[in-house]
Amino acid sequence: MERTRIGADWTAQLLYSLRVRLRVMRRNAAGFWLELRRRPLALLGGLVVLAYVLAAIFAPQITVHGPAQGNLRMRLLPPAWAEGGNPDYPLGTDEQGRDLLTRIIYGARVSLIVGLLAVGISVGVGLTLGAFAGYYRGPLDQLLSRFADLLLAFPFLIFAIGVMAFLGPGFTNLIMALTFKEWVEFFRLVRGEMLAEKTKEYVEAAKVVGQSNRAIIGSEILPNIVQSVLVMGTLRMGTMIIMEASLSFLGLGIQPPTPAWGSMIASGRDYMLSAWWTSTLPGVALLILVLSINLLGEGLRDILDPRLKVE
Amino acid sequence: MRGLKILERILITIPIMLGVAIVVFLFMRLSPGDPVDIMMGQGGTVSAGEMEQLRKEFNLDKPLHTQLWLFLRDAVRGDFGYSYTQKRPVGELVGDRLPATIELAAGAMLFALLVAVPIGIISAVRQHSMLDQASMAGAFVGISMPAFWLGIILILLFSVRLDLLPVQGRLSYDVQLDQVTGFFVLDSLLAGNWRALGDSIKHLVLPSISLGAAPAAIIARVLRSSMVEALRQDYVTLGRAKGQVEFLVVMKHALRNALIPTVTVIGLQVGVLLGGNMIVETVFGWPGLGRLVVRAIFVRDFPLVQGAVMVYAFTFAMANLVVDVLYTYLNPKITL
Repeated sequence: MERTRIGADWTAQLLYSLRVRLRVMRRNAAGFWLELRRRPLALLGGLVVLAYVLAAIFAPQITVHGPAQGNLRMRLLPPAWAEGGNPDYPLGTDEQGRDLLTRIIYGARVSLIVGLLAVGISVGVGLTLGAFAGYYRGPLDQLLSRFADLLLAFPFLIFAIGVMAFLGPGFTNLIMALTFKEWVEFFRLVRGEMLAEKTKEYVEAAKVVGQSNRAIIGSEILPNIVQSVLVMGTLRMGTMIIMEASLSFLGLGIQPPTPAWGSMIASGRDYMLSAWWTSTLPGVALLILVLSINLLGEGLRDILDPRLKVE
Repeated sequence: MRGLKILERILITIPIMLGVAIVVFLFMRLSPGDPVDIMMGQGGTVSAGEMEQLRKEFNLDKPLHTQLWLFLRDAVRGDFGYSYTQKRPVGELVGDRLPATIELAAGAMLFALLVAVPIGIISAVRQHSMLDQASMAGAFVGISMPAFWLGIILILLFSVRLDLLPVQGRLSYDVQLDQVTGFFVLDSLLAGNWRALGDSIKHLVLPSISLGAAPAAIIARVLRSSMVEALRQDYVTLGRAKGQVEFLVVMKHALRNALIPTVTVIGLQVGVLLGGNMIVETVFGWPGLGRLVVRAIFVRDFPLVQGAVMVYAFTFAMANLVVDVLYTYLNPKITL
């Protein structure tokens, strides 16, 4: 009805459709917010993740010491609350007299960036390939699916360790080692969804109206899949962060002196008997972050994509 | 019929393993650094002629596709070449370390199942109870925790603070044990060596918990949700209506059906055990395959890394094969 009132003026039509989309989005967002508020744990998870992100961004502003600034006279100081602690170093110092809290905050940068990049690139690759493979099928789909099966034959960490052995340690190599296998997760998810969506009526309708295949994939089907990808992406981020920490722990990931939680735990291990805080506290930071990401991810899954609930 | 299906499933594994071998080979061979240079790295001065000789000996002078063919041919025979740094056949080195790794993985899986199965069942039967909520919260922490950190916490608590369990290795220095199979628990049982048995089990406890915690958490969560699902089904109601004891209803009707999704997840956990194994062995100084590989990576001992990664991938493939076969027994409706 309203459409006819607007008439043939295409700018008005575009504006109108944008306005409708915006209204739907706003309603969805309001509904989403309501749902999220009913899940206090997911909300808490989201807030903690936000706090980590802010701390990572503003690390230089909120820390007093430098992450690499050591003071050998202050080495292995216990946390401030313990006997012999110094209030200038709230969580104590490491074997080089560097402030542990500062290094933990800077370590969040590494974990978050690696997690975001590894998942982000994997989503980009997996979504594109999965969408086209699932929509067009054919030999390309066959090839990609067999390659995905092949990558699945490797346990994740073994594969990542193998690739790091080949590439050598470092930030870019680490991202490559993780994404080289991680994209398969999203490829399989999107391809499967694509196969299911393709047969539905709205796709038929779009074809009848004469929409191009590309338009059908991009503006008809993908918006229906994107929620599952978002949920999976959130949940996989926790895994990627643990993988990064594991590789850095083995000395194959982020190299010192860049503060990464995994390598901090590894170097703190040598002082385990005399200075428990150097190896345990970075792990606490890691645990809280991954826990919060998972809480948020499971909350998102319950709201956006209840079907995924069976693991 | 079933035998045929299983055979077919085994045949599918072959091209996958072949692909794995090719991927591993290409990665290792294309990596920077000349193997002979690496081999001679610590060896002092070697003449160019001798280098050429070595290159020939390891077939490194042949074109890549010939090298690949030779690698595959030897790999099928279980021959993964010579370790650059230890000057011993890779097969032998891996074989020496394998029992320790399997023992640890078995310990971890045992721990995971012992914890997860009762918790999964009870949590489902007493859904929303305190116990259910507490164990699911615990499981949630379990999946969010890296194994190496848990290992360190356990060492600090049980070895340093409470002095109950050993920190490192498989056996105390003052305990004697003749090695037959390489599985210390088995060896000491066979020899009737109770002191070694107790000691090796003590050494096994903390690494097994560190490695098994994440699988335990995942298995408990899946088992619980499939049990909840199964308990809602008609056949359970029927069982109860027949007046069957609740215990039997749960164990016979519900559990058997809930096991189907759980078994798949257990199979996937084998992959987690294999990967986590490198980490946990490093934390606990466990003389297994994982530590061998990690060290081999740092000295760029490619044949050793190659062989070990192949063994890991092969084990993982076998585990998934076993799971698929188990599947048909649990659920006759499913054909492979």
